[in-house]
Amino acid sequence: MSEPAAGPGYSKNELMIAASARLLGGARNCFVGVGLPNIVCNLAQHTVAPELQLIYESGVYGARPERLPLSIGDPTLATGATAITSMYELFAYYLQRGLVDVAFLGGAQIDRHGNLNTTVIGDYEHPTVRLPGSGGACEIAIHAKRILVIMRQAPRSFVDRIDFRTSPGHSGDPAHDAARGWTGNGPTDVVTDLGTYVFDAATGEMTLVTLHPGVTMEDIRANMGWEPRVADDVGQTPSPSAEEMRLIRDVLDPQGIYTR
Amino acid sequence: MQDAVRDLVRDGDTVAIEGFTHLICFAAGHEIIRQRRRDLTLARMTPDVIYDQMIGAGVASKLIFSWMGNPGVGNLHAVRRRVEKADPAPLELEEYSHFGMVSRYMAGAARLPFFPIRSYYESDIPRVNPKIVPMTSPYDPDDEVYVVPALRPDVSIVHAQRADADGDTQIWGLLGCQKEAALAADRVIVVVEEVVPEAVIRRDPNRTVIPGAVVDAVVEEPFACHPSFTQGYYDRDNAFYLEWDRIAKDPATLDAWLAEWVHGLANHREYVEKFGDAHWDRLRPEPALSGEVDYGRYA
Repeated sequence: MSEPAAGPGYSKNELMIAASARLLGGARNCFVGVGLPNIVCNLAQHTVAPELQLIYESGVYGARPERLPLSIGDPTLATGATAITSMYELFAYYLQRGLVDVAFLGGAQIDRHGNLNTTVIGDYEHPTVRLPGSGGACEIAIHAKRILVIMRQAPRSFVDRIDFRTSPGHSGDPAHDAARGWTGNGPTDVVTDLGTYVFDAATGEMTLVTLHPGVTMEDIRANMGWEPRVADDVGQTPSPSAEEMRLIRDVLDPQGIYTR
Repeated sequence: MQDAVRDLVRDGDTVAIEGFTHLICFAAGHEIIRQRRRDLTLARMTPDVIYDQMIGAGVASKLIFSWMGNPGVGNLHAVRRRVEKADPAPLELEEYSHFGMVSRYMAGAARLPFFPIRSYYESDIPRVNPKIVPMTSPYDPDDEVYVVPALRPDVSIVHAQRADADGDTQIWGLLGCQKEAALAADRVIVVVEEVVPEAVIRRDPNRTVIPGAVVDAVVEEPFACHPSFTQGYYDRDNAFYLEWDRIAKDPATLDAWLAEWVHGLANHREYVEKFGDAHWDRLRPEPALSGEVDYGRYA
């Protein structure tokens, strides 16, 4: 892959974090996942979404972590939160009831319609790789009004056919999707280490809208298992701003746990 | 702990050691390994390092779960060896989602046969687990839900901050499904940082999550959750979770770890002493007290 032309002064993860955080502008109730979403949501709370209520499947509503949480069950999420519920209440009264505006999901495999596999690579009974499983993903995919996906792009993860559908995305048939009657509208955005995508309203298909600085269409094609649908006016993903970089490096993750 | 495990955990049992990141009773898992229980069905929403240790030690033949992994680190190597390579023996899996697992405990706790949820639509999970069944609402032919069967563990082991001698148990911080797992089980072991007088419990009844009426044994075992945590008592030992990744990768280092840290020690007190005071001092948080509420006195 070609390196960005100018020495970027930020890592791939930092670019993904900043690009993802901007997608949370105006969001209120956000279901936070493991890994990068942790820092994405914390950055958004400091920038585009000061009203953001962080919801963790561990039962926390309105977390105000004083340190960067290392897991979705970190004790810093409990201290100072708005509410802590049992896990049944969190899934039933918050998620299933329809209170979650936006949620993050990821996986080992994704297809062009945003269906996600976090269960197995290979055959279910005799897997090549046994993955963690659903966790809350298959119900989050149904109930959160919007799903944002953050994943690194590679031929083995952006595949024509996923080996197992843990969490449903779009079906490819908008009439079918509209008739589902789910609270959620499925995945709306995908942020990778190469670019950003939205889902086409007519086909429910992942559509490239921006390339990260220095990334070419060849890089995109080399790292996905299907011929990508591309927006008419593909732009460049804005680099992280000085303020975003200051927050990421000095305030949120001074040890570089999520950013290296 | 030795007595509780000896008297209440039997070969072939379905055992749930719950706790979502928080309040995972590693000390109980270690005692089950030490007493060489066999052929257990282990249930847990999030099999993590404790079940990797137990499954690596050979106590279990089946796992019921919704997410397995070393949170924030990666895989469970011992579990994966058994699932992917049947090394050294196969491990049967029965998997749900988080909402499905908590709902199974809800049904078990309420002695209902099953529980309806809106999940699993267009997912492959029901295809590989026929116990997850679609059901049409009896009140609306167009409304389909999925139902999951009640989970009734033979034994549930839950950790908590404190309980009285009768087992009336109080928890704060992340609640997980400690209440539901305890109430669903036939036998219940509550492990606490501190056994407190009944008056302490009665001063704040809203914080009581498990009534002593369902508890068979109360064990006072400080630091029993390490490397998991107990809110207000000690932090999660994230370095150990990272270290476990290295230990479990190779069956030989895993066996050596079990020999040194489980079989080589008589009980959890020796485990605590072996780490040394400085280790525990590092994990102790600064205080952050809740305000008090006034229940009022109505004499």
